[in-house]
Amino acid sequence: MSLQLDFRIHRASFELNVQLQLPNKGVTVLFGRSGSGKTTLLRCIAGLEYQADGKLRFNNQIWQKKTFCLPVHQRPLGYVFQEASLFPHLNVLKNMQFGWQRVHENKRSVQFEEVVQLLGLGTLLNRYPSQLSGGQRQRVALGCALLTSPELLLMDEPMASLDSTSKADILPFLEMLKERLQLPVIYVTHSMDEVTRLADHLVYLQNGEVLAQGPLQQMLTDPDLPFISTGQASTVLQAQLKSSAITEDYLAELTVEGQRLFISQQDIPRNHLPRNKQLQTNTHLADTKPSGDAGSPIRVRVMARDVVLATSPPQQISLLNCLQVRVMDIRDDNNPSQSLVRLALGQQIMLARISRRSITRLGLKPDQQVYALIKGIALN
Amino acid sequence: MWSLTPADLSALWITVKLAVISTLLLILLCAPLAWWLAHSKSRARVIIEALVALPLVLPPTVMGFYLLLLLGPKGAVGGFLEQLGVGHLAFSFSGLVIGSMLFSLPFVVQPLQNAFSEAGGRVLEVAATLRASPWDSFIHVVLPLSRRGFITAGVLSFAHSLGEFGMILMIGGNIPGRTQVASIAIYNYVEAMDYQGAHQLSSILVLSSFTLLICIFALNRQAKVTQIH
Repeated sequence: MSLQLDFRIHRASFELNVQLQLPNKGVTVLFGRSGSGKTTLLRCIAGLEYQADGKLRFNNQIWQKKTFCLPVHQRPLGYVFQEASLFPHLNVLKNMQFGWQRVHENKRSVQFEEVVQLLGLGTLLNRYPSQLSGGQRQRVALGCALLTSPELLLMDEPMASLDSTSKADILPFLEMLKERLQLPVIYVTHSMDEVTRLADHLVYLQNGEVLAQGPLQQMLTDPDLPFISTGQASTVLQAQLKSSAITEDYLAELTVEGQRLFISQQDIPRNHLPRNKQLQTNTHLADTKPSGDAGSPIRVRVMARDVVLATSPPQQISLLNCLQVRVMDIRDDNNPSQSLVRLALGQQIMLARISRRSITRLGLKPDQQVYALIKGIALN
Repeated sequence: MWSLTPADLSALWITVKLAVISTLLLILLCAPLAWWLAHSKSRARVIIEALVALPLVLPPTVMGFYLLLLLGPKGAVGGFLEQLGVGHLAFSFSGLVIGSMLFSLPFVVQPLQNAFSEAGGRVLEVAATLRASPWDSFIHVVLPLSRRGFITAGVLSFAHSLGEFGMILMIGGNIPGRTQVASIAIYNYVEAMDYQGAHQLSSILVLSSFTLLICIFALNRQAKVTQIH
């Protein structure tokens, strides 16, 4: 826990009152509706919110305390704004050099070429921001931020103003970034999809206050939080992908808590594939280290509505994925015909939304061993 | 084709000198003011903005009249300078510069203010997160981004000074070789029914102003084109 903050802002129409301790690794997502204060909180951390009253300590550095406030340009952070904010009078190369040149050589932790390659910006360097698509601009903005060798990366809904094509253009880069750079990220979004794909730690904000915070899976399956009561209720399982585990019939084998899951080989993100099996050559990904046989961690999103429960292992069925789990508890759903079942899979938690009639018919009760059949898996 | 008298030449020289000096001084002095107007949330801003725009609506003779009172030997400023031994400013070139600056003030402040408000806000925040100190951001981000504002301000102020008449007549008088500018010399020619003399000076002003504007707009356009490619 190495980002400690305590902020208060009083405005006529808005109040922020947040005390938090955030982990110094992985992606922490600030999640909430618009107006919940997530962007304001992010700006407080960056030092862009002048009216903020409070304390902020990053690792051993004090960034804000009483009347002291470390100026933004002296904080070792990178910031990606919602709408890509590049300097219109500079081309991509000079935009990227802007922050790079302002960091002393001894303090640089990244190579210029490395960032250009990582984000696939090689062909864009001579263009001006007005000649880039939204997704490209956001990639350049990310590059600019990374080139300041930040110790903390702040991202304010970097994909909110992008269409779905541009999102698809940048999301893989964010995921890769997470794996490749040991850089703590604080990421603001209101998109569940981005949460499940990127978050390790989740902070739920409501009306300027922290409603709850914790590791992703714990938050997604917390019965007191609104995540489980939406039609989109889902859980994210931590699985391992073995590099040698691609079968002859084009399936990939994952293991989760010692049990097997199969997914289509095509669905695996390219950066997870062993080098010789990459489906498409992609220069900026080519240097990705091949995964060891211990298995590379991979995230699997399972929607509650895609889980079917059975009390005995089904035999004659086309579904491939069947996990042995234990019923933790059964709750009423917003939809009166449905129930939400929390299932323990080793140390992990899954959700299943099934009809109340099925609960009665199968006689489901806590601590019972059941079989969870998974109809659909989204890979992250 | 032109046969200019020494008096004509000196009037033209004074006109150009006046326009150049007052434009340069105005841009230097107005940049901080325009920055403040563009970014301040102070309530005094409205009053300052109104004051800055005042020369747009006041007849130049009104401003010239008050300036004459103020800068003359018995005025607050003129009297003080007199006491210091510098001498009052009425009917002097320095007085002309002050009058001309006042007259062109809104034409410099407003383009700069617009440029600064566009080059402020988010861009400055981005620069700060990229480790640029406020001063560094001003030099490397704000100034390049507001270049067009500076060019517009300069051109407007210069052109405006060239054509100034009423205020100069009031504050500078009509002293050949010292405070007589081209526009006043033209007026003298017309008064004396010497239309040939008036034509000469007038056509020179028309041609030189036009050439100047073409050069500046062409430069500006070129700069814009290189920015895109």
